[in-house]
Amino acid sequence: MRALAGVEDEEKWLAEGIAGIQHNAFFMHRALDANNLREVLKYSALMLSELRTSKLSPQKYYDLYMRAFDQLRQLEIFFKDESRHGLPVVDLYELVQHAGNILPRMYLLCTVGSVYIKSKQAPSKDVLKDLVEMCRGVQHPIRGLFLRSYLAQVSRDKLPEIGSDYEGDANTVMDAVEFVLQNFTEMNKLWVRIQHQGPGTVREKQEKERNELRDLVGKNLHVLGQIEGVDLEMYKETVLPRVLEQVVNCKDKLAQYYLMECIIQVFPDEYHLQTLEALLAACTQLMPTVDTKIVLTQLMDRLSNYAASSPDVLHEFLQVEAFAKLSNAIGKVIDTQLEMPIVGAMTLFVSLLTFTLRVHPDRLDYVDQVLGACVVKLSSVPKLEDSRAMKQVVALLSAPLEKYSDIVTALTLSNYPRVMDHLDDGTNKVMAMLIIQSIMKNDTCISTADKVEVLFELIKGLIKDLDGTNVEELDEEDFQEEQNSVARLIHMLDNEEPEEMLKIIYVVRKHLMTGGPQRLPFTVPPLVFSAVRLVRQLEAQGGNIAGEDVPATLRKIFQILNQTIEALSSVPCPELALRLYLQCAEAASDCDLEPVAYEFFTQAFILYEEEIADSKAQVTAIHLIVGTLQRINVFGVENRDTLTHKATGYSARLLKKPDQCRAVYACSHLFWVDDPEGIKDGERVLLCLRRALRIANAAQQMVNATRGSSGPVTLFVEILNKYIYFFEKGNPHITPSDIQSLIELINTEMLSDNGNTTIHSDPFFSSTLRYIRFQKQKGGVMGEKYDSIKL
Amino acid sequence: MNFLLGAFKPACNISITFTDGKNRKQVPIKKDNGQIVMNPLFQSQETIAGKIHIDPYQGKKVEHNGVKVELLGQIEMYFDRGNFYDFTSLVRELDVPGEIYERKTYPFEFSSVEMPYETYNGVNVRLKYVLKVTVTRGYAGSIVEYQDFVVRNYVPPPPINNSIKMEVGIEDCLHIEFEYNKSKYHLKDVILGKIYFLLVRIKIKNMDLEIRRRESTGAGANTHVETETLAKFELMDGAPVRGESIPVRVFLSPYDLTPTHTNINNKFSVKYYLNLVLVDEEDRRYFKQQEITLYRLKEEAS
Repeated sequence: MRALAGVEDEEKWLAEGIAGIQHNAFFMHRALDANNLREVLKYSALMLSELRTSKLSPQKYYDLYMRAFDQLRQLEIFFKDESRHGLPVVDLYELVQHAGNILPRMYLLCTVGSVYIKSKQAPSKDVLKDLVEMCRGVQHPIRGLFLRSYLAQVSRDKLPEIGSDYEGDANTVMDAVEFVLQNFTEMNKLWVRIQHQGPGTVREKQEKERNELRDLVGKNLHVLGQIEGVDLEMYKETVLPRVLEQVVNCKDKLAQYYLMECIIQVFPDEYHLQTLEALLAACTQLMPTVDTKIVLTQLMDRLSNYAASSPDVLHEFLQVEAFAKLSNAIGKVIDTQLEMPIVGAMTLFVSLLTFTLRVHPDRLDYVDQVLGACVVKLSSVPKLEDSRAMKQVVALLSAPLEKYSDIVTALTLSNYPRVMDHLDDGTNKVMAMLIIQSIMKNDTCISTADKVEVLFELIKGLIKDLDGTNVEELDEEDFQEEQNSVARLIHMLDNEEPEEMLKIIYVVRKHLMTGGPQRLPFTVPPLVFSAVRLVRQLEAQGGNIAGEDVPATLRKIFQILNQTIEALSSVPCPELALRLYLQCAEAASDCDLEPVAYEFFTQAFILYEEEIADSKAQVTAIHLIVGTLQRINVFGVENRDTLTHKATGYSARLLKKPDQCRAVYACSHLFWVDDPEGIKDGERVLLCLRRALRIANAAQQMVNATRGSSGPVTLFVEILNKYIYFFEKGNPHITPSDIQSLIELINTEMLSDNGNTTIHSDPFFSSTLRYIRFQKQKGGVMGEKYDSIKL
Repeated sequence: MNFLLGAFKPACNISITFTDGKNRKQVPIKKDNGQIVMNPLFQSQETIAGKIHIDPYQGKKVEHNGVKVELLGQIEMYFDRGNFYDFTSLVRELDVPGEIYERKTYPFEFSSVEMPYETYNGVNVRLKYVLKVTVTRGYAGSIVEYQDFVVRNYVPPPPINNSIKMEVGIEDCLHIEFEYNKSKYHLKDVILGKIYFLLVRIKIKNMDLEIRRRESTGAGANTHVETETLAKFELMDGAPVRGESIPVRVFLSPYDLTPTHTNINNKFSVKYYLNLVLVDEEDRRYFKQQEITLYRLKEEAS
């Protein structure tokens, strides 16, 4: 009937109820003032009759109840004072039971009962027992709940708990517990029963209303938690089993969930720990629809916090084998609750893992065990598709990383990669990224090949294309970021011991090579540099290490390098490969391995010839080659000639004249290494420079021909600078007159270029001239050299 | 008027006092006109003694053919109002014919009177005890004065007092088992018991325990039965579920009950029943009636 009524009607009924209470309370107060017991009882009963309504929602009913409650307190004061009503409390206790309607009767009885206990004319346990028993008469869920909640309230300070006035003789704390337990049980039954009221169409509203009432039930558990004198023994033997029995037997999802939550909240951690078995057993018996995972999660959170609170309690955890029990329970819950979504199971594992990490940070085997269980669960379902579940798995895998802030620990967990296998590709990558980030953040150095192997197994989602990945779906930016991370990771793999380092490099290479053309450009360079670093390390130690294996090792490394870079050709990515070859060549040169260096150079040249077609790239490549070649001093004359010849040749064959010019004058450096032992072939330097000059001239003419005006003199100025450089370095073939004539040439060019207009000054040129003037003025050896140059 | 009044005024005033009238317990009795008067209380085998004063009015003399006092036990059926059936009748002659000039006092005594029945005020029948003083006169009609008194008889607790226990129900609908701790209760007793719900398939709204009195009068074809509900006591509010056990505790003292009377002088019987009534949400009533015996237990010291 209530369900069909509108809110307005309900307001009206509430107002009527309140008016009824006020009306009768008025007469009750008059009777109270007159100390007229008969009238007091009559009007209080009438007042309480307003609570018999079935028309109100719990919330409104509560409103009404509170008003009656206030009045009952006045009544209690009256009952307490025997001089006012003249009746011994025991008679009063009978008298109020004459009321014909049960609800007013019970409210009055509870009120007198509380006075009765206070008077100590009867053992409190007997009165309490009587009250809680008599309340059974009210079976209407809402009315019963409020009545019993009233009982709980008035009796709260009269329980025979330890240290209370009412304890002693035959009244023990056990009676207090018994009373509260019974009231709790009955209240819970009533609460659960609400759902059977009314038609199914209002189920949702009912659920909401029931939820509003839950604290009335939970209050009892709070009281139980507060009763003084409930020791562990009693809790274990009586309180918990009884409460759990009720929880399990009520077979109601809402109640089970809420009450388990309450139990976990109100009782001390220490008790939970000691009764873990019972608690967990109950968890496994809850209704399948109950969100057991949250319950268990809360429990584990509490226990973990408890463990964290003080190291002294840790031994208790060991004593009760908390981990094993929790782990078992979770297993059972997951097994029995078939409908639990995979995300639920994963959440549980996360909690268990958190618990383990906090309580047993030293027990990696536990962690592994959790992960193992997780693997089993994951294997039982097809492919993981639920994104929330995925998130949980990520959380699961991240937990050890955070805890140990050291990936190395995680790498020892055998089940770790197996869990990762169950992630979808995207998540797998996310996880791999997390792992890498963790390594970066903690600056962890991975120092053995075995670990590297495991690590790469973990992040294989980043290393290679997994089956079924749709390449087109990949976001370019993300991909780059991922690969950059991998590249950074490679730098974290380090070991002082060259042998082990070599193994690491082998492992890394093995994995990286599977990466495919997209990844290689990102991953090969760090590998190469890593290897080069090893090379240099070996080279630096060269003197210390006895035996011949050093060069052997080096050779081996260079072999790998060669093969590795070769792989890039499949990409293809010639510019990069070329740079790497040059790097290797330089490293080889530093190790005095001429043939190796030569081989690298050869490779570089081949690449240049065969792969690099773009003119801009060619320019860059030439400069790189020249730069590297200039620094390398390992080559014998013959090899060097071959290479320099090649380089010069390529320089002269560049497409654009200015490029040609620049490449050629750059080549001049190949013949003049500013180093005591360096090669100093002044003549060929001059040849190069002259050639450059010629090309510049040709370029100038070309511009003239096509545009009708000559281009800028930049090239000439640049060549002039080269002249000046070699002149200062003491190349005998460069004479002041060469410089002089070049300056004049530039001046002429500039004049002809501008025709009639005023002289356009080229800043580069002016700077150069200013430099010469400066040198002249400075005097000294250098000044004298410049003396003959006239500006 | 004054003359008339004077003429019809009885010639004397008769009053009856009991020997221990001041200490004797008085109980309220409802008279025909609804007034409540207090009457002295006796029980069987008691000696009823006292004094009768006859006080002629100022300056009058009362001639009489004798003075007597009777102790009458009467049953009055309401369908036969005014017609008393005397089941007990004792007479004491107090005076021989003569004249009374001034106040005269006669002591009287009925020793160890057998009064087997209790005073009873029912719907259709009344049982009462009365002292009747008659000053017999030849011509002007006798002068009569009545004094009612109440009789209550106390019995010891019955040696055998079994509980009432019964399982009742409607198939596939409602099965309950109820238990009252006794079958015989004294008038200030408490009915204790419990109602156990074995099966509940109906939506019960509430459950009451009624105390009903069944008064049957007459005999044979003329038997007239009147049933009253003297008490309606709510035992339970709301719908219980299977397995629920509801306590019963009913104090009998607030109710106006009498002992059970069986076949009083072949005129009437009074029986009591406990009626357990369950009301469902559609206001259908399911009930089970059980007879109980009520008896009057001697009150202790009070």
